[in-house]
Amino acid sequence: MASNVLFYLFAGFAIACALSLVYHRNPLYSAISLIGVFIALSCIYVTLAAPFIAAVQILIYAGAIMVLVVFVIMLLNLDEDRPLTRLKYLYALGAGLGLILLVQTFFIFYAVMRAPNHTVNVDQTVGKTLSIGQAMYSEYLLPVEIVGVLLLMAIIGGVILVRRLEPTQLRLVINEELDRRNEGQEKDDFRIAL
Amino acid sequence: MESLLKTAFPFIVYAIALLLAFQGVLMIVAYTVLAERKVLGWIQGRIGPNRVGPWGVLQPFADLLKFIFKEDLVPDKSTKFVYFLAPMVALTCALLPIVVYPFGPPITTVDWTFLPYGLGEGIRQLPLTIAQIDVGVLYVLGITSVGVYGIALAGWSSNSKYSLMGGLRSSAQMISYELAMGASILGVVMLGGTLDLNGIIYAQINSPFRWFIIPQIIGFVIFLIAAFAETNRVPFDLPEAETELVAGFHTEYSALKFALFFMAEYVNMFTVSVMSTVLFLGGWYVPGLSHIFEVGSIPYALVSLAAFVGKVCFFLFFYIWVRGTLPRFRFDQLMNFGWKFLLPLAIANTIVTIVVVYFLNS
Repeated sequence: MASNVLFYLFAGFAIACALSLVYHRNPLYSAISLIGVFIALSCIYVTLAAPFIAAVQILIYAGAIMVLVVFVIMLLNLDEDRPLTRLKYLYALGAGLGLILLVQTFFIFYAVMRAPNHTVNVDQTVGKTLSIGQAMYSEYLLPVEIVGVLLLMAIIGGVILVRRLEPTQLRLVINEELDRRNEGQEKDDFRIAL
Repeated sequence: MESLLKTAFPFIVYAIALLLAFQGVLMIVAYTVLAERKVLGWIQGRIGPNRVGPWGVLQPFADLLKFIFKEDLVPDKSTKFVYFLAPMVALTCALLPIVVYPFGPPITTVDWTFLPYGLGEGIRQLPLTIAQIDVGVLYVLGITSVGVYGIALAGWSSNSKYSLMGGLRSSAQMISYELAMGASILGVVMLGGTLDLNGIIYAQINSPFRWFIIPQIIGFVIFLIAAFAETNRVPFDLPEAETELVAGFHTEYSALKFALFFMAEYVNMFTVSVMSTVLFLGGWYVPGLSHIFEVGSIPYALVSLAAFVGKVCFFLFFYIWVRGTLPRFRFDQLMNFGWKFLLPLAIANTIVTIVVVYFLNS
């Protein structure tokens, strides 16, 4: 009973925030609405006995990723979003994709209703930190490692892409590159490209 | 009637607990402000506030009244909705961690069956924590990281260059030092084997060191430094560096809205003091107290609560002490120190702890 009330409360909040996310013209208001969605979702995770996932949802999505988004919006000083005048065919595409999503949602409702009504064996420890840690570092160790390496590569790539070199450093880098490519033709191409 | 009372009973208990905890924390915070002015006065060879009540003890209430009755100015070009939202976000995020503070050990020896209508049946213990959640450490870190929005949005929505610069500095600083802070806690979490704040206190009681500050002294120092940066306090008070930015992100805020930011800053100080106490100084644990009082009895809990508040107040005093002693960092020094020194040191500390814990357990 109480958990039902809480679910409808947080789900309603999430949907309201999601609607305001789509309808607001000001990108900053949209970003704030998205933070609201994340917080509502994490409240729902708490009612589903998954406190770790709820805490990580707040910590990573609301606390870290959205801070970057808000920063970018604040610093770029974006104008308000205007209706698209060109690329009109995208509206039709969007409508089609939305329709597919809606049908999918209703199919899930239908499938859930048709499913035999057996009581789900609720394991209260699934969402706990201990079980998640054990699963991550035993059964799913390889995927975790691969994702970790991928993320590290993305971070290093990002740092290298945005790094501005001093002119002297840049010349050093270019000379090294030129020495490495000893063939004349390629050297000229490289110079022209620069 | 009786069944209604039985349904409402837990809510009433939680309401009373929340009221007591919030009121207690806010009172301590209000007197931290007074203590700050007094101690700074002593450090600088002045007397400090002494006009309102004996030794100025009523000064916090006078300040609050003044905040309420001041004119509430709103900048004409500000983004109104965000401008009003920002102080609320700041204070809400500052206050939310109170619900997981382990104020003291659970009271287990009281027989609750004296309550009418059989309300006390089945109650074995009265925990001195409002919400005992499995992930207390992550909860506190997460909520404080959401608190960045209050400052960033305040800086942006005021539509003033000082506010924007202050907000940007503050957010950049908080994001940078959050990493070092999180990494410095990892060692304690591994030694304690849990993310539950009460669980970490029990782990410290059962460990040979009693306090995790002894094996995790590096983590403690990193945590303390990062905590100063997280709460925008001297020597890391660049967001409100008055010689450069007037008052930083809250330049355009007046009256009660400014008071909300002010309270949020001090409640945040309280939060990091509680975290240092719980993670490194054994929380409410008093060595040898179990020989004097029975564990779980009311006097045991009260003495432990007093010890907890005492340790927290020591850290609050430490903040004020440092403010009266150290000059301010420059922004590039702050960033270099955070990213190039504190974070690698915290990670090294974590790795060493991992190796030691692994060999101790195997």
